[in-house]
Amino acid sequence: MKTKQLLLGDEALALGAINAGLSGAYAYPGTPSTEILEFVQGNDVARQRRIHSHWSSNEKTAVEEALGMSYCGKRAMVSMKHVGMNVAADAYVNSAMTGANGGLLVIAADDPSMHSSQNEQDSRFYADFALMPVLEPSDQQEAYDMARYGMELSERFAIPVMVRLVTRLSHSRAVVEVDAEPSPENELHYPANPRQWVLMPAISKMRYKQLLEDYTGFEQASEESPFNRYIEGKDKSLGLVVTGLGWNYVNEIFPDGIPFPTVKVSQYPIPTAMIGRLFDECDAVMVIEEGQPIVERKLRGALDRTGVIYGKITGELNLTGELTPDGVRTGIAKVKGDMECLKAPELHAASKVTKPRPPALCQGCGHRDVYAALNGVLEEYSHPKVFGDIGCYTLGFLSPFNAIDTCVDMGASITMAKGAADAGQHPAVAIIGDSTFTHSGMTGLLDAINENTPMTVIISDNLTTGMTGGQDSQGTGKLEDICLGLGADPAHVRTIDALPKNIEQMKSLFREEIEYKGLSVIISRRECIQTARRHASVKK
Amino acid sequence: MKTDIVLAGVGGQGILSIATILGAAALDEGLHLKQAEVHGMSQRGGDVQSNLRISDRKIASDLIPFGSADLIVSLEPMEALRYLEYLSPEGWIVTNTTPFNNITDYPEMEEIMAELSRMPNVVAFDMDAMAKEVAGPRAANMVLLGACAPFVKGLEKEKIEDGIRKVFGRKGEAMVESNLRAFRAGWDSAANK
Ligand code: SF4
Repeated sequence: MKTKQLLLGDEALALGAINAGLSGAYAYPGTPSTEILEFVQGNDVARQRRIHSHWSSNEKTAVEEALGMSYCGKRAMVSMKHVGMNVAADAYVNSAMTGANGGLLVIAADDPSMHSSQNEQDSRFYADFALMPVLEPSDQQEAYDMARYGMELSERFAIPVMVRLVTRLSHSRAVVEVDAEPSPENELHYPANPRQWVLMPAISKMRYKQLLEDYTGFEQASEESPFNRYIEGKDKSLGLVVTGLGWNYVNEIFPDGIPFPTVKVSQYPIPTAMIGRLFDECDAVMVIEEGQPIVERKLRGALDRTGVIYGKITGELNLTGELTPDGVRTGIAKVKGDMECLKAPELHAASKVTKPRPPALCQGCGHRDVYAALNGVLEEYSHPKVFGDIGCYTLGFLSPFNAIDTCVDMGASITMAKGAADAGQHPAVAIIGDSTFTHSGMTGLLDAINENTPMTVIISDNLTTGMTGGQDSQGTGKLEDICLGLGADPAHVRTIDALPKNIEQMKSLFREEIEYKGLSVIISRRECIQTARRHASVKK
Repeated sequence: MKTDIVLAGVGGQGILSIATILGAAALDEGLHLKQAEVHGMSQRGGDVQSNLRISDRKIASDLIPFGSADLIVSLEPMEALRYLEYLSPEGWIVTNTTPFNNITDYPEMEEIMAELSRMPNVVAFDMDAMAKEVAGPRAANMVLLGACAPFVKGLEKEKIEDGIRKVFGRKGEAMVESNLRAFRAGWDSAANK
């Protein structure tokens, strides 16, 4: 029995996993992946079955927790945004070496066009060198169906499987047919090959050979996958290799059927036999993929002796930014300009009146008071530097505050401030949110504590993960204890409420600690106004 | 039969509930639907938009191509103008005229209204005022839903009202009634265009 539901791509994948007998979901929030774990948290079956769905401290701990569950034979998934893969990389790459026991999905949600991210890295590269299969759904229904398929694939080959999403699928809703009844969970059972889970060199050498052998099985599975298809086409002057969402845009342009032979790729390693046939039958081939041109590069090779491949590298399609229906249409038009359906549509001219409207910190946000006070104090110095981090408070870079000098990756505020202080910079100020601090700031703080580096760390604690919509933050209620436990000097771990009426107090506190020639931590605290409102309306 | 809608506004204004209600109604009618939205950083008071596509045929792309939106539906007048390239030559703009001014270089209202009046098919009025009059200041998005509803093909007025009942049902009968009043007032201002 099937029923119909209106679901985001993220939600479809999460529901698919629950219905496939999921026992544990692990994640650290990050746009566009956050709604996956949130869906599990709100799902009735998940609640009845007590499917694990607590947020993890970071993506690496999340992958390891999911791997532990898989070791015990249960089905698990772990989800993160693309840059979270960098944090998780050690665990992720080595999980291909241990393999999986219970089905294990590693979900990476990429953000081409950088709607809410600092780069456009393509997670398929990770799977490529880790030697792991990838599923890349092109629509919400495939996202749902691939959860079960992926779990089965993972158990069949005893390997974790990556599911690659992109923003436009994660955050787009469609009607999805779903199973009315969830499948039972796996029983607890241990791996058939327990030695393989101990990655000591002697064992790893054997295991790596095995993985390379298994890889030919992954390749065969791609050729036979229900999600990869060779579609015949009459016009053989061009063939298309289309991955992920590119499939939708090609179908949008050719609503009555694609005239060119086409290979739809939604499972990797790439199905080389299918694509080989396309090259045999067509005069030229265009590769349409969302993200970085990984498939295109593979088909070209370093020397590109074929001379007949079009795509992002040759410039028909944009090398940066996400695919769009218009981008794909003009791309194909550059090669096949004579077709009616590729003509530029009639449009209204863009308005000249509109002005950009950048995002800003909410009115009533405690980060505002922190920046106001900090700016007030730093005016007194000739060349202060403020090392920022990832979260709502990154918006402190924009006017009216113009308050931070750097923003790189999770936790980098503290460690870059330390490097700067080591170089002789003063004042060296780090500003970091509570959730980012427990994600990746604590270890860097330990470095600074151990050397009593003359720098000031401000933890702007809003009691939540604000940027992604207010998920639980792992350090709530224990930030002072964490800093003291790491060995910070109790005289220089200071706390203050970030409120407009405390501005003068905040300023003198900041001034005092900046003047102190050693490490200090200031925890300025005020609940995120958005979660505070939500809590107030729940209480009513 | 298809309706492609660009929903526009400022983060926090509530354009997504319009999409949710139309989505619930379309699902009930067995129509196809795709709705792409933006989460994350841009929600903090920045410009936000959502692409909503409703059709009796399978929909391929989550994004609306240039020149093919049947409707631009906006809670804010400058935001309505941001997406003109997506509007089809005979498409309609339905927009609130109350500006949301949270930037330092917000254009003069006369410029915005002049640009709007150059467009062939426009429904524009002060939806904040109408909401205050019939329901309450937070119901401007339901006035907007009502004002765009006559242009949405394949969804009867009653079906959208059912969608409102479904979406607001949890919040009690008074909330449903007040939103329905706002919806109907919006509908009446646009239905004879
Ligand atoms: S969501 Fe919360 S933390 Fe983020 S800007 Fe708004 S109030 Fe501040």
